[in-house]
Amino acid sequence: MKLLQSIVLGAVLAGAIAPAFAQEQFVALPSYRVGPYASGGSGFYGGIIDYFSLVNAAGGINGVKVAWQECETEYNPSRGVECYERLKTQRGGATLVEPLSTSIAYGILDRIPQDKIPMTMLGYGRSDAANGKVFPYVFPLISSYWSQAAAMVKYLADKNGGSLKGKKIVHLYHDSAFGKEPLPVLEALAKQQGFELVKIPVAPPGSEQQAQWLQIRQARPDHVILWGWGVMNSVAIKTAQRNGFPREKILGVWWAGSEEDTVPSGDAAKGYTAMSFNTPGNYPVMDEIRAKLYKTGKGNLSDQARIGSVYHMRGVTAGILFVEAMRTAQEKFGKGKPVTGEQLRWGLEHLNIDAARQKAIGAANMFPTVKTSCEDHEGSGAVKVQQWDGKKWVAITPNWIVGDRALVKKLIDESSNRYAAEKNIKPACMP
Amino acid sequence: MFYREAGQFRTTYEADGQILPIRQDRIALLATLAVAAVAVPFMASPYMLSAILIPFLIFALAALGLNILTGYAGQLSLGTAAFMAVGAFASWNFVARVPGMPMLLAFVLGGLCAALVGIAFGLPSLRIRGFYLAASTLATQFFVIWCLTKISWLTGGSASGVITAQRIEIMGYAFDTPQRKYVLVLLVVALMALLAKNLVRSNVGRSWMAVRDMDVAAEVIGIRLMRTKLLAFAVSSFYCGVAGALYAFAYLGTVEPEAYSLDLSFRILFMIIIGGVGSILGSFLGAAFIVLLPVFLNIAAHGLALPTSVASNLELMVFGALIIFFLIVEPHGLARLWQIGKEKLRLWPFPH
Repeated sequence: MKLLQSIVLGAVLAGAIAPAFAQEQFVALPSYRVGPYASGGSGFYGGIIDYFSLVNAAGGINGVKVAWQECETEYNPSRGVECYERLKTQRGGATLVEPLSTSIAYGILDRIPQDKIPMTMLGYGRSDAANGKVFPYVFPLISSYWSQAAAMVKYLADKNGGSLKGKKIVHLYHDSAFGKEPLPVLEALAKQQGFELVKIPVAPPGSEQQAQWLQIRQARPDHVILWGWGVMNSVAIKTAQRNGFPREKILGVWWAGSEEDTVPSGDAAKGYTAMSFNTPGNYPVMDEIRAKLYKTGKGNLSDQARIGSVYHMRGVTAGILFVEAMRTAQEKFGKGKPVTGEQLRWGLEHLNIDAARQKAIGAANMFPTVKTSCEDHEGSGAVKVQQWDGKKWVAITPNWIVGDRALVKKLIDESSNRYAAEKNIKPACMP
Repeated sequence: MFYREAGQFRTTYEADGQILPIRQDRIALLATLAVAAVAVPFMASPYMLSAILIPFLIFALAALGLNILTGYAGQLSLGTAAFMAVGAFASWNFVARVPGMPMLLAFVLGGLCAALVGIAFGLPSLRIRGFYLAASTLATQFFVIWCLTKISWLTGGSASGVITAQRIEIMGYAFDTPQRKYVLVLLVVALMALLAKNLVRSNVGRSWMAVRDMDVAAEVIGIRLMRTKLLAFAVSSFYCGVAGALYAFAYLGTVEPEAYSLDLSFRILFMIIIGGVGSILGSFLGAAFIVLLPVFLNIAAHGLALPTSVASNLELMVFGALIIFFLIVEPHGLARLWQIGKEKLRLWPFPH
């Protein structure tokens, strides 16, 4: 009873204090730090929170502090929807949400335009949401799966002297929405460029792949695209080694390109390549996070060795994009006061983080130039390829790679217009 | 004092055979229903409705389905989520492919499809029972999810396999706000719970219980085992199918195979174990326990300002400990605790 009383009391107090939070920009973080995907979730959300803390320590955005609240989803769509519903009304209302899960994002996709809360999907989710006329509140920022697939094919073609004609590529994928997402792009490109695409699914979570790698060995492909997530990645790398398949021929998706995937595989991972929308390395902003947060015990990650790891840096990137969107929105709607969800949506649609701005933040060349518009909620579509040298990730493409944008754009328009027709949405840009 | 049946005489068979023989219970139930149907939609916040009450009712319906099969007919099953998936995908397909398909009819047809699948996968129950049957129903779980990811026709040819549920519209009236969705779910669940309660009190229910308690004896006294067991599978799967359709249309808003994982089957099994095996009320109590406790613990941990990673692990630990505690202290679940409480109340203030 005591516990119940204190909770009720706490809730009442929180309600009473609520107006005092008025100078805060509230962000909902339906995160996951337990369960099979915890390594990704804790690093990513840790990164976002670290960057928010850094901005707040420097006085906020024109004096407006960023506020956030986490809610554990365990990567479960049902819990995710509950978390979203709980967080959206806290502290005067959430103005941004990032679930880092395709299923949760799909679950709240229909709710966000009604609630007027923009949702970002940093490097995952519905690729066709890049069309802001149909999905005004959804932002697959930096790069979607389709752009990544197109860039992968471009990179492989360049590696083979410009053409993939007559080559054979295996798409080894997590048999879920996530793994099937790139198929339209890969199929279209296979037809266009004349390579053979062999699709081999792995049942989730992917801890058993003996049969698949035997099949791959028989097929003798020139390249294997590893579209994996979580435990599937290290199992794939290890099974490839056991079957004598060269790691250099495997190209992982960006959710198969973190320390958590390669370190458990040991030597087997050396030489393995994967995509990324971050350039691995150190940056002034990361040094600042180390000095200002972790030295004073205010950092979010409990394991300090993970500072600057792939997932952590991806979280910091997300934090930078969010804060820049808030800044952009404030420039239009009034500096020094928090913006609403609708106004932040405008900010996300008018992002322009060029090289100069990145340098000012202390993140020069950490991620590609992001310039969004109503037609292009992605803002970039550029990616890099990184390689595991046995100890750390190293970028092996000095420049950002962009795949066949015209083809991706065509697919985005087809798919999003079909969605609009199904849902009776009249595609239009919001003011 | 208030809860005594002194002066309540039952003089007809009808009066003797009603669902709640004590007047106070009848009043309490009607009052609860009235509050749930009239007051709650206006009083409760959208969060309460769409994130707590709707999933609670839907899970209660699924638990009811499993309770019919496991609690009343004694057939262990681990395929609950698969039957829910069949209901959800079948309903989606009926609405998408048949022009002018009424939504409620689609739910019923979805339930019927689940019932057919239930009968097919109930066939092994004629030869095997107990844990062996549980293992064979596990096949349902894997087979159905495999089908849904493999056969793209079932998911409308969608590239990712995730499809958006259609808007619920019944006779031109759109159920698109949390209030309206809640009322719809409440109506369906209340109706089906009443039906289940009467079903288990009838001839069919008694033959289920006879089969559960000792199937050889049941066969000797003339109960047709095959029909009884398969009927239990059919009815149970029908309930689960409708629950699955509601889960997709009224709660998640998407239809995707991953939402109906083995994990969900286990959660529903825990619901009936904690709530009470072989009890209609138990299905509701168990669903409330499993839906509310994690949310409650999560909010409590947040109130105590614990770091999120600690909070979520704490949640798992408390949850596990409570399940063990309940299994040791009251193996018959919350419904039995409620029953004991009622018996004590009837004797109060003079226990003997």
